[in-house]
Amino acid sequence: MPRPMGSPVGGMKTAAKKGTLKRLMKMLFAEYKWKLALVIFCIIISTVASTSASLFMNQLITKITAGVETGWQTAAVGISRLVIIMGCIYLSGVIASYIQAWTMASVTQGFLNSTRKKMFAKMEHLPIKYFDTHPHGDIMSYYTNDIDTLRQLVSQAIPSLMMSALTVIILVVYMFYLSIWMTLVVFFGVLLMTLAIKKVGGNSGKYFIRQQKALGKTEGYIEELMSGQKVVKIFNHEEESGKAFDKINEELYGEASKANSFANMLMPIMGNIGNILYVLVAFIGGVLILLPNVHNLSLSGQALGIATVVPFLGMTRQFTRNVSDSSQHFNHIIMALAGADRIFELMDEEPEVDDGYVTLVNAKEADGKIIECEERTGTWAWKHPHGDGSVTYTKLNGDVRMEHMDFGYKPEKIVLHDVTLYAEPGQKVAFVGATGAGKTTITNLINRFYDVADGKIRYDGININKIKKDDLRHSLGIVLQETNLFTGTVMENIRYGKLDATDEECIAAAKLANADDFITRLPEGYNTMLTSNGANLSQGQRQLLAIARAAVADPPVMILDEATSSIDTRTEAIVQKGMDALMKGRTVFVIAHRLSTIQNADVIMLLDHGRIIERGTHDDLIAEKGRYYQLYTGAFELE
Amino acid sequence: MKSFIRILRCVREYKIQSILSPLFIMGEVIIECLIPFITAKLIDNIEAGCDLSVIGKFGGLLVVMAVASLACGALAGYFCSIAACGFAKNLRHDLFYAVQNFSFSNIDRFSSSSLVTRLTTDVTNVQNSYMMIIRTAIRSPLMMVFSIVMTIKLSPSITLAFVSMVPFLIVGVIVIMGKAMPLFRVIFKRYDALNNSVQENVSGIRAVKSFVREEYENSKFKKASDAVCADFTKAEKLMAVAMPLIQGASYVVMIIVCFFGAKLIIRSGGTEFSVGSLSSILTYGMQVLMSLMMLSFIFVMVTMSLASANRICEVLEEEPTIQNCENPVMNVQNGSVDFENVCFAYSKEAEKNTLDNINIHIKSGETIGVIGGTGCGKTSLIQLISRLYDVTEGSVKVGGIDVKNYDIATLRDAVSVVLQKNVLFSGTIKENLRWGDKNASDDELVNACQLAQAEEFIEQMPEKYDTFIERGGSNVSGGQKQRLCIARALLKKPKILILDDSTSAVDTRTDALIRKAFKEEIPDTTKIIIAQRISSIQEADKIIVLDNGMVNAVGTHDELIKSNEIYREVFESQNKVGDLDA
Repeated sequence: MPRPMGSPVGGMKTAAKKGTLKRLMKMLFAEYKWKLALVIFCIIISTVASTSASLFMNQLITKITAGVETGWQTAAVGISRLVIIMGCIYLSGVIASYIQAWTMASVTQGFLNSTRKKMFAKMEHLPIKYFDTHPHGDIMSYYTNDIDTLRQLVSQAIPSLMMSALTVIILVVYMFYLSIWMTLVVFFGVLLMTLAIKKVGGNSGKYFIRQQKALGKTEGYIEELMSGQKVVKIFNHEEESGKAFDKINEELYGEASKANSFANMLMPIMGNIGNILYVLVAFIGGVLILLPNVHNLSLSGQALGIATVVPFLGMTRQFTRNVSDSSQHFNHIIMALAGADRIFELMDEEPEVDDGYVTLVNAKEADGKIIECEERTGTWAWKHPHGDGSVTYTKLNGDVRMEHMDFGYKPEKIVLHDVTLYAEPGQKVAFVGATGAGKTTITNLINRFYDVADGKIRYDGININKIKKDDLRHSLGIVLQETNLFTGTVMENIRYGKLDATDEECIAAAKLANADDFITRLPEGYNTMLTSNGANLSQGQRQLLAIARAAVADPPVMILDEATSSIDTRTEAIVQKGMDALMKGRTVFVIAHRLSTIQNADVIMLLDHGRIIERGTHDDLIAEKGRYYQLYTGAFELE
Repeated sequence: MKSFIRILRCVREYKIQSILSPLFIMGEVIIECLIPFITAKLIDNIEAGCDLSVIGKFGGLLVVMAVASLACGALAGYFCSIAACGFAKNLRHDLFYAVQNFSFSNIDRFSSSSLVTRLTTDVTNVQNSYMMIIRTAIRSPLMMVFSIVMTIKLSPSITLAFVSMVPFLIVGVIVIMGKAMPLFRVIFKRYDALNNSVQENVSGIRAVKSFVREEYENSKFKKASDAVCADFTKAEKLMAVAMPLIQGASYVVMIIVCFFGAKLIIRSGGTEFSVGSLSSILTYGMQVLMSLMMLSFIFVMVTMSLASANRICEVLEEEPTIQNCENPVMNVQNGSVDFENVCFAYSKEAEKNTLDNINIHIKSGETIGVIGGTGCGKTSLIQLISRLYDVTEGSVKVGGIDVKNYDIATLRDAVSVVLQKNVLFSGTIKENLRWGDKNASDDELVNACQLAQAEEFIEQMPEKYDTFIERGGSNVSGGQKQRLCIARALLKKPKILILDDSTSAVDTRTDALIRKAFKEEIPDTTKIIIAQRISSIQEADKIIVLDNGMVNAVGTHDELIKSNEIYREVFESQNKVGDLDA
């Protein structure tokens, strides 16, 4: 069953933590110190260039007004010089902004790439517990939504905010330079704009959260109905489902149209407050020029004239545009910080600890002694370094002992109680029991997906905590209840068990798992592409592939966890024969629901609520006439 | 583009808003274009030294215009969001209802996860670009046209100076986009692959870890991530040209306009051209260039959402492969089933038929067992009876009439199938059971549950029949889920009941009780049972052994044990240790 996808906006609900921006900037600057310095330099140049337009207009108009008196011939030199200077400033501005965008492209993408890779590398080394306790949809959204918010932050929000801030500062200086009275008018307008942003923007935020909720509900319903569509058809339930959907759909429409209305209205409101301000500046400018007794207060000491008002108009435009731009970027920043927060959470997770130092090596026996060797011999040994520098080798036999083992996924809920069991080399050990009895938990502990709370597991006499996890897992072949195949050809999927396996080895493994037959009937045989976890294969076929994958690894110890549950009993018998031949003399753990799967095991353990309540061979247990007997005769239900 | 036009039909009742919004935008644009024009007049008046009342008149006019423009803009935004959200609502509605009419093979063709994406992500994409189109796609060209008109009014010769820049810009933008778009398409594909790889690792982490493939997966991911990065950087560097290009163009325009404008003013002594007009022309010039930039952005967005529109269109235009015939039969006489020379394949291209030349005759009220290996066609066989798929050749008859001649709903009410991959929906047990019969009384529900041996565990639940079933039935065990599904199917009071491996998770004793109840309580109903367990079908009137899509043998348990090798093998594989009739 697919896990529920988490809501994509999960991150928006929580406000970002304090240090997030700082940490993000540190990461960014650590990686791209020089490139970012260049970017900042370019931003300054292009901002100065774009803001100097107003100063240019001021100068130009002064020259024109003078020129009208003196005539074109005299004025031409001054005006030409002014235009050429401006041209040069603009040119450098354009070049700077090109360099900035060009550099930013590689900074942004490079940063995202390295963040993504860091996240993935980190994720791969997180303990299984992490994956069991976090919805998979949430983990996925780190890579999609959260990374995307970072992209917007780095590539757009940060540079444009820097530019806006710088523009506003320069503009304020110019404005003061030209006229303080007029500047105050502009300030008043900007104050109005900020209020509007707060009011309308706040409302829109409220509705967006409600929209997200409605969207989540709708998507949940869609997902449920689409995956159950065949049942809908069988029960002629189309009309009812449709009506129920219409209701939810209507609700979503209500919230969405409100949320979007506010968002859509913000832009024209901001733009037109800008317009009103523009008009106000023109009007007040005009009044101030005409009123003879008004004294212009300015840094330049210029008198108020047409040469002041016209550039002021341009500056007002620039000013308001920058304020409304920044207001849009603020949303991005808040979202990006929430996203960054979640990414950091992932990066700060404790990775799987591995204190093991005993390693697995290929070995051969000579004169009763075990010698390490490079080539695969079919014999393995545990290499055990000691404190004094000496190394001892222990032959891998597959002797697994669990002693008084207690375990719970949560401390308050113990799943296994005082489990003790011995699997002797070459034995086939089976676990039977109801769902939740703790069968799979035992295998989780053997390969250290989880660690026991109390008690010990010994592998060939070595406490498994001393064995390096990678080597421990290399020594165990596991076929899991839920089959996970990867995008790639059938051959590649089988080879996953042993990366350097030849095609022949893979095919041999497939034959052993009785999978060769259906594989050769696929459109392109072993080269058939599998996508979305082998969606085009039946559950039984996928299990056969998983068995082939484990078989090609040819491990010393094998764990089969409900590995044949979807395969019919006749095929299962064939597969079992093959596996028995492969694993001859090696230890095999089998977990199954179906009793016929485990009948020929050497030891059968019947688990109930985390305790082993019966153990013995099939015949022993039948003779005992206990719970196993009841199960076998169908007098007791395994649920 | 065709698909975009097709889905536009779903705008329906939101046409008014879809038209009003651009109308108000037009109003906003016109006013916005007039503002600099009036301002120019104001400036010229100030320069000429007019008196305060003139300034007051112009100023008042300008404020009124700005307020009107604000009102137009806000209204346009309001209508636009109603139109876009309503459009999205209608799209979802149409998609959902289209899927309701799908046959099983239609559903198979799309797969449920892709249907979910189409109903969610794709609709959202279309909604967003529709919003963009209504607002900006109309605003920008209008802005451009009006601005140009206004500048011509101010000074035709100077207009020429900057209008001449426009073609260069257009060519530049087109060249950039032309190069960037294919790159973006590649990037999206790579992104999908990247996400897919993460998805596989998250859900398959146990496989990764037990094979110790962390580093292998890491290097695979690095490669995919680097590929995305390389292409994306390339595309963004291309796009990096756009902004300076537009900036550069506007600077050039500004300088040209200023120089010639200054010359004109001075030469004519301010009569032919004025400082006010100069400032207005500059504002218009910027507006033209800005509109161009916006247009190019929209172009990108629309192209990207086209893929979504296509995917939506595919669902809307999919013909349901199974439809009612004309004058359908509205009544099923009895529960007899006849397969006559039936061949069946899931797709026309398939080399091999899934079912080949099947001839089976089942009398009303009989109990039939079906057995066979993984992938031998058991499920395919029973799905033909309620016309979940149509036969490729031959015919299937229920009650003596070809299933194609029945009204589909009538047929499916008479033939109740409990699917192998069954689903319970979120809701109470009662609500789930009433899928079988929405008017069923509480007594009827209890009765059905008794038959399906589900009553006992339901009674033990805290809220009994009002217990809430989580999505997918995750809070009941596999065996309980199967029994609830059987009860749900029984409530239809079908003439034919089909169980497709529906008691696999139920213990053998309960399984036997269910069969006993069927025999005693619904003797007239035809029962067809697919099972892996011999014990589930042992007592059937007839057992059909399927092998490789063909009927291998038909007979009773005793007959088949003697005469059929496959049946005997299956039996033995389940009874290795000998008989245990206790």
